[in-house]
Amino acid sequence: MSVIVWTIIVIASLAVILAAMLFFISKKFKVEEDPRIDVVEKLMPGANCGGCGFAGCHAFAEAAVRAEDLESIFCPVGGVATMKNVAEALGKKAVEKAPQVAVVRCNGCKEVREKTTIYGGTAKCSVIAALYAGDTGCGYGCLGCGDCVGACEFGALSMNAQTGLPEVDEAKCTSCGKCVKACPKGVIELRNKGPRSMRVFVSCINRDKGAVARKACKNACIGCGKCAKVCTHDAITVENNVAYIDFSKCKLCKKCVSECPTGAIHALNFPAPKPVATAPTPAASPASKPETETKPVEEAKQ
Amino acid sequence: MKKFTFKIGGVHPNDSKISAEAAIEPLKISPKIYISMAQHLGAPANPVVAVGDEVRTGQIIGEPSAFMSCYVHSSVTGKVVSVGPYKDIAGREAIHVGIDVSPDGDVWADGIITDNSLDVKFPTDRQTLLDKIKACGIVGLGGATFPTHVKLCPPPGSVAECLIINGAECEPYLTSDYRLMVERPEEVLTGVAIIKCILGCRAVVGIEENKPKAIESMKKALESLSEKNSEFNDIDILTLKKKYPQGGEKQLIAAVLGREVASGALPISVGAVVQNVGTALAVYEAVQKNKPLIDNTITVTGQVSPSQKNYLTRVGTPYKDIIAAAGGLPDGNIKVISGGPMMGRAVSNLDATTLKGTGAVLMLSEEQTKRKPAQACISCGRCVDACPMGLEPFYLLRLSRAGMMDALEENAVQDCIECGCCLYSCPSSIALLDEIRLAKASVMKIIKSRPRK
Repeated sequence: MSVIVWTIIVIASLAVILAAMLFFISKKFKVEEDPRIDVVEKLMPGANCGGCGFAGCHAFAEAAVRAEDLESIFCPVGGVATMKNVAEALGKKAVEKAPQVAVVRCNGCKEVREKTTIYGGTAKCSVIAALYAGDTGCGYGCLGCGDCVGACEFGALSMNAQTGLPEVDEAKCTSCGKCVKACPKGVIELRNKGPRSMRVFVSCINRDKGAVARKACKNACIGCGKCAKVCTHDAITVENNVAYIDFSKCKLCKKCVSECPTGAIHALNFPAPKPVATAPTPAASPASKPETETKPVEEAKQ
Repeated sequence: MKKFTFKIGGVHPNDSKISAEAAIEPLKISPKIYISMAQHLGAPANPVVAVGDEVRTGQIIGEPSAFMSCYVHSSVTGKVVSVGPYKDIAGREAIHVGIDVSPDGDVWADGIITDNSLDVKFPTDRQTLLDKIKACGIVGLGGATFPTHVKLCPPPGSVAECLIINGAECEPYLTSDYRLMVERPEEVLTGVAIIKCILGCRAVVGIEENKPKAIESMKKALESLSEKNSEFNDIDILTLKKKYPQGGEKQLIAAVLGREVASGALPISVGAVVQNVGTALAVYEAVQKNKPLIDNTITVTGQVSPSQKNYLTRVGTPYKDIIAAAGGLPDGNIKVISGGPMMGRAVSNLDATTLKGTGAVLMLSEEQTKRKPAQACISCGRCVDACPMGLEPFYLLRLSRAGMMDALEENAVQDCIECGCCLYSCPSSIALLDEIRLAKASVMKIIKSRPRK
């Protein structure tokens, strides 16, 4: 009997002593953390994707609290709304930044871009890019193994088996930029989403001379410069045989779209002249529609 | 007789030296030549000619742009028609000088001796020799194209004890070094004596046992040369066991000297300098004939190849011309490889041109090259046994798939020599090297980005 009593006494006193020790240690070595960090972290999307450039949402919150202004830090996933909340909570000025979306700048689908070699190695874009320019005549375009799809944590990217190109689900894309980093060819770019998701872009980055690019891919930008001439907003530049549309200058007039002889300029989500479609079409596969004139109609949204 | 080899790892692929009996013959010069400015390890050369310039054979067309860089010479006589980007074997653009070859034949640049007489008396002043090697744009022809003049200047504090001449040619199919040792042993040995003189040490030529003719001809030439000239006294010919990758720098040092180079260290840290047989010949031609490195021996081979050839080819010859000379590309899907089957690089663009370091044009059929579908790793450890660098390829693959760069560095992925033994030995056909190579590149980038102490 006395054994049990003694055991209880010893264990109980041990518990009291250790509890007291823990109490004093926790007081003595308490880490003072700014309570605002927790507040800000609760406002974050909590994806811990690293799209902001910090290790995760907690690291972002720390940086946001420490920063003097929020100019240089931005959560692409939460976007302007989240940043506004964060700014309010911290009493700082919010940054206005247009929402962005990932854009695949290659329209060399399987039919128009012939394979010139057979690749039999590991099916990863990064491995192919380390070995050679790619299995088609175009050394710049999409390699089609879907490294970007694997990198996306939001399920916004998928490979279209028919075209062999990745497609972006605009509703899911948070513009975290992981796919941009994952693509060894730099095909994917983050571009401003545009009003009602309407945007115009050159869906090609082939820097070869026109004839070479055209031979490799019928949908390639041949750098002819017609789009730049027709553009009245000075938004288009042709450098290294490829046109680029500056989304901050583009006024969405679509003049360049019909001017492009190869259909490399895509206009997405523009309303059709006569709105018939009611269901929103996802970012339609641009490459499957080589007819430039009809593209805006086909890709109409609502 | 004792045969030497390295202890760790290695595999024994079928050596397939089917072009071994084809004597070296000069290839007809192509009508148009594109000479790359990035022919060597290090910074590309700066082109010093302009479109419209007339160039002579052996004239300088590119100058070194950094310490680790080389002179590039015109390999033909003709007119410069382009200086700018041209696609290499991987389809990537690099600065090339395009030359329309003059139909009247070679006009050699001043000072180059074009007769083929053997000349074994060379100046013994170290700096004179090094200057000549640098001016002639000699690079290591064993594969890495390391600028030779840089390699022959050991960093202060280190002393070369032994010059190892790599005649192993352990890659299957390749026979260019073998032909050089059989046909031009005196010139190769004079080159060895010159390099030995620069380093001030003894020399060993390591040749694998599957080349008895080369061993015999080199030994005979050495005997007759050393009778008359003291420079040839401390050169030895060593027979090595046949084992891949014996021609790897660190493996050859282990085989010949029994010394192991520490991770991240240079061969000179164990007193060794390794040079290839082809490099020795290039050094001979540079010093004795003032001839820059404008041609090299290229093996054209493969079971499906219409003929087996060893061509003396001018640098900058398009691959398609070499293949056409050998009888054209066979029917079907053919894999054309620049180099051997283990470490060579696939040629995806036949318009691309040869470099100083190109050793072979290998043609393989689709059946020979098609990979089996990869199966799960069964943890058999064969890749670990095969790795000549003592690494654990299966583990490196797992780490690289998980993106664990710090662990990859701890497990010495940067020591990988990309020999392909792991991939060759894997019973599950896992393409280990594909991803390890990628991980190595990432880790090397991280290491280089660190501030130097």
